[in-house]
Amino acid sequence: MTERPLTQNIRADGASTFLADYEANGGYSGLRKAVSSMTPESCLDEVKNSRLRGRGGAGFPTGMKWSFVPMGEKAGPGHKYLIANADEMEPGTFKDRLILEQDPHQLLEGMMLAAFTIQADIAYVFLRGEYVLAAERLMQAIAECYEAGYLGDNILGSGYSLHLHLHRSAGRYICGEETALINALEGKRANPRPKPPFPQVAGLWGRPSIVNNVETLCNITHIITHGADWFQTLGRGEDSGTKLFGASGNVKNPGVWELPMGTPVREILEDHAGGMRDGYQLRGFLPGGGSTDFLVEQHLDLAMDYDVIGKAGSRMGTGTMIVLDDRNCPLGMVRNLSRFFAHESCGFCTPCRDGIPWVVQLLDRFEQGQATEDDIALLEEKAAFIGGIGNTHCALAPGAMEPVNSALKYFREDFERHITAGGCTYNGAAGRH
Amino acid sequence: MSDVIATLSPEEISEIEHEIALIPRRDGAAIDALLIVQKHRGWVSDESLRAIARLLEMSAEELDGIATFYNLIFRKPVGEQVILLCDSVSCWLRGCEQVKARLSERLGIGYGETTADGRYTLLPVPCLGACDRAPVMMVGDELHTHLDETDLSVLSPEGAAS
Repeated sequence: MTERPLTQNIRADGASTFLADYEANGGYSGLRKAVSSMTPESCLDEVKNSRLRGRGGAGFPTGMKWSFVPMGEKAGPGHKYLIANADEMEPGTFKDRLILEQDPHQLLEGMMLAAFTIQADIAYVFLRGEYVLAAERLMQAIAECYEAGYLGDNILGSGYSLHLHLHRSAGRYICGEETALINALEGKRANPRPKPPFPQVAGLWGRPSIVNNVETLCNITHIITHGADWFQTLGRGEDSGTKLFGASGNVKNPGVWELPMGTPVREILEDHAGGMRDGYQLRGFLPGGGSTDFLVEQHLDLAMDYDVIGKAGSRMGTGTMIVLDDRNCPLGMVRNLSRFFAHESCGFCTPCRDGIPWVVQLLDRFEQGQATEDDIALLEEKAAFIGGIGNTHCALAPGAMEPVNSALKYFREDFERHITAGGCTYNGAAGRH
Repeated sequence: MSDVIATLSPEEISEIEHEIALIPRRDGAAIDALLIVQKHRGWVSDESLRAIARLLEMSAEELDGIATFYNLIFRKPVGEQVILLCDSVSCWLRGCEQVKARLSERLGIGYGETTADGRYTLLPVPCLGACDRAPVMMVGDELHTHLDETDLSVLSPEGAAS
């Protein structure tokens, strides 16, 4: 059994693994096992026992999430839905693209197993519109599955039926939030819904629905195939399984690698990313995408486990790190991120719609040399309010404020210098100077 | 009503009806319908919008609220190819602002504008999910990586992506 299940079919030439090769490497044995010798209950137990946590950013235990779906007669009449969240738009995140383009069947098998567990009869892949190559390859893989009898009515003679569709998004970051995604699937503006009710009970078209990240669903394939006990042995620390970790920015070898949960940050940034490019020093890093708090050099020996990174004041997020170097301005980086979040706010909640542009304006004042000491206090006040849990429907605004708050903590002297020097002293713009 | 809908081609109507058949409500196909019409016409005009709204049995105003919400639905004409230049954080760290400046200089347009010959429209796009190959952009359906502000030969004289 492989120690790198998620990337076992990833080929060096970037070509996709389609059905024949996927099956030759053991593919769809998990599905065969589930529909022939397991029940939805035993599948759910396996996922719970694996201690798999969601790989999309929030880290919620997957088995627990599924356990809220009403089963049997309790579900009432009508469909149940399983949705793969392939709307990869978190800044600095490029892990799901790898699977979607190069091993689409791994995702499809995971979706089938998840759907079987909650007894969903309709599944969607919600794919961001710009992933054109992924769409082509998924379409081919889905067609192969219908042809082979892995999708459709009475799958493998089991009596279980599942129909799967590809939805290509028209593009908004907020579609990655599961209730916003559901609104987008219903053809509406992607405003997040208030919770409760949770999607497990009342999701797509008011019916029980599960939304899981691509990487989360891929893990299901291997948990059902090889078992929860095996899955637990893959992690190096507190958490089980492997993770697609990545690094971008001015490191020597940016990329994405499947490594055990609990791999130390230093190992990822030095051994795999090759350290900083010549002439660049590490200033800090966002451990898991644009909506996670900065960590700095003192955190390099932390293990990439959910609670370890959480205790250090940040979040595992998507596990793809964005590295800040000493030649790019921390305020500039935060301003870039804040502009992104301001643009991508759905506009429903006032702190998010009006507050994040206010933060951008304040950061503009620093950049332009117009800021005073009072502006640091004002920025802190606004960031605390906008980021306050419960002030907005969803986690976009709190996420947006994580890099702002942590930059104020770790790069305070840069804010001060923008005031005393009358603007930015980092050679103007970012880039390869 | 049939006159309004007649502004849509039989092919467009057939593709939209296919989407409607999969879901419980006609207006639930709003986003798919907008994308289908855009695929055929390049953008969604007021006339197209009204026709889609009638076909989906919803108000044009509500449909426009949906159309204008999404980044990839164009309510203005665009060039033969849309350039989506990633301006998010990893590309910023690797010099996308310099690429943008050089691209604007070369094409003579800023964000939201189309070249005089109608060939290209330039738009910023949120993180394209290719951060290990930053800076990146899409030209039409093609992803272009490791952009260098001194060499934008991906924009060939014929207007086709290399």
